[in-house]
Amino acid sequence: MGIKSIYRSLLAIVAIASFSFSVFASDEHAEVSHEESSHVEGAHDEEPFNVNEMIMHHISDAHQWHLWGGAHTGVSIYLPIILLDDGLKVFSSSHFYHGEERTAKDHVTGKETHYFAGTGPAEGYALLHEKIYKLTDSGLDVDGDIHFESGHAHNAKPLDFSITRNVVALFTSFVVILLVFFSTAKFYKKNGAVAPKGIAKFMEPLVVFVRDDIAKANIGEKKYKKYVPYLLTIFFFIYISNMIGLIPIIGANLTGNITFTFFLAVCTLLVTVFSGNKNYWKHIFATPGVPIALLPIMIPIEVVGILTKPFALMVRLFANMTAGHIIILALVSIIFINENAAWGALSVPMALFISVLELLVAFLQAYLFAMLSALFIGAAVEEAHH
Amino acid sequence: MDLVTPDMGLLFWTGLVFIILMLLLTKFAWKPILGAVNAREQKITEALELAEKTKEEMKVLQAQNENLLKEARAERDSMIKDAKETASKMVNDAKDTAKEEGAKMIASAKSVINAEKSAAISELKNTVAAFSLEIAEKVVREDLSSDAKQKALAEKLVEDINLN
Repeated sequence: MGIKSIYRSLLAIVAIASFSFSVFASDEHAEVSHEESSHVEGAHDEEPFNVNEMIMHHISDAHQWHLWGGAHTGVSIYLPIILLDDGLKVFSSSHFYHGEERTAKDHVTGKETHYFAGTGPAEGYALLHEKIYKLTDSGLDVDGDIHFESGHAHNAKPLDFSITRNVVALFTSFVVILLVFFSTAKFYKKNGAVAPKGIAKFMEPLVVFVRDDIAKANIGEKKYKKYVPYLLTIFFFIYISNMIGLIPIIGANLTGNITFTFFLAVCTLLVTVFSGNKNYWKHIFATPGVPIALLPIMIPIEVVGILTKPFALMVRLFANMTAGHIIILALVSIIFINENAAWGALSVPMALFISVLELLVAFLQAYLFAMLSALFIGAAVEEAHH
Repeated sequence: MDLVTPDMGLLFWTGLVFIILMLLLTKFAWKPILGAVNAREQKITEALELAEKTKEEMKVLQAQNENLLKEARAERDSMIKDAKETASKMVNDAKDTAKEEGAKMIASAKSVINAEKSAAISELKNTVAAFSLEIAEKVVREDLSSDAKQKALAEKLVEDINLN
């Protein structure tokens, strides 16, 4: 009993509380999208609710932080656009969202797509599916418009370093992590090596868990120390980003973004490759016990193996986090597809279950990423044992 | 497709944030936290070792104490025994000396008594002899006061001599 049961009930309360917010927010969002889509389509009021569009809109990156309401009447935080195109151009994304709404016709399928043409400082740029294109592109036949072909815009893109929703989420986790761990470190600086209290008491078991059960267990007693800071950083970066991503309104699908997971996977790949000792490379280029005739087959397989490991890391985190967001949104959408609040009796309990599960997944994926990174590093620094 | 296409801008910001985060955390968080945790773990290990060592030392000390006690007890016993022996010896010696002394005293007393006795006897003898002479003189004087009496005496003496 005691501390464990208190901790469990606290977790349950937090989960339920965060879920109720989540549903509330998701509901709103669904409504928003519904209104938004009907607004954009404009033709008739009873446009059928587009689940796919709503979900994709929710899990993708955006240049604005849409809080509530319709596209023009609602409340949004317009995030800064930073473009590197003939010098640095910084302006608010409202120049797109409150810019000129245009329609581009697909040259192949004939399907029409809406996009925003920028006004003011955004003149000459267009925002299509949250991507920025140049409208003044001399190489294309339609100057001043989007050249749309087979679902792809062919216009040139400026280098876009905008502070998007995911970048804001990134900064939020950055600040949260620094606050949490600086105050933890402050405790030890102030009190020395004593039994932890307050935030240190909460974070220390996690830090020790990463050190002992992730780093030491997979890399080995002798060499683990060098990799502990890296493993701690990726563990908490992923875990806290995952958790922030689950918070409605504040959260964005950062850890479910392929760019984020791609970067972390590349980090693990680089750490692994640069830690590789003689034994590791020998196993790749001259696997012991394999006949020389087989090496031309084995070497490419082993080299691909170096890349598949971090690739799996990248896809695992991306797919798990995105899937979690999609499931919750899809379950909430049941209500809007059927246009009947009574469906909430089915949709809410199921969304609740998945939301609670996501709290576990948030930890599990951070643990898996750090653990597998440690495992790959451990394999790279392992000494020969024959 | 957009979902699985890495975005340059986000990649740049992710990289920047991650690298700064890693540097800051390593320098200002992981080092002090892990340092403190390690120091504490070492402290605990040392304390445990010390406790173990102290326990063993205590055991040794206890054994030593026991030995000391045993020795002390043995010493005490031997001392008591010695003391007893000495005491009994002293008593015996005293007894012997007393006996000897007594015997000596008795002997000397005896000799003194004998000497006194013999002195007394000889004095008595002298006194008796003197008395006898006096009496004899007196008797003789009286008996020789007349011729008849002298004669009778002479006769009597002669008779005595004859009888002897």
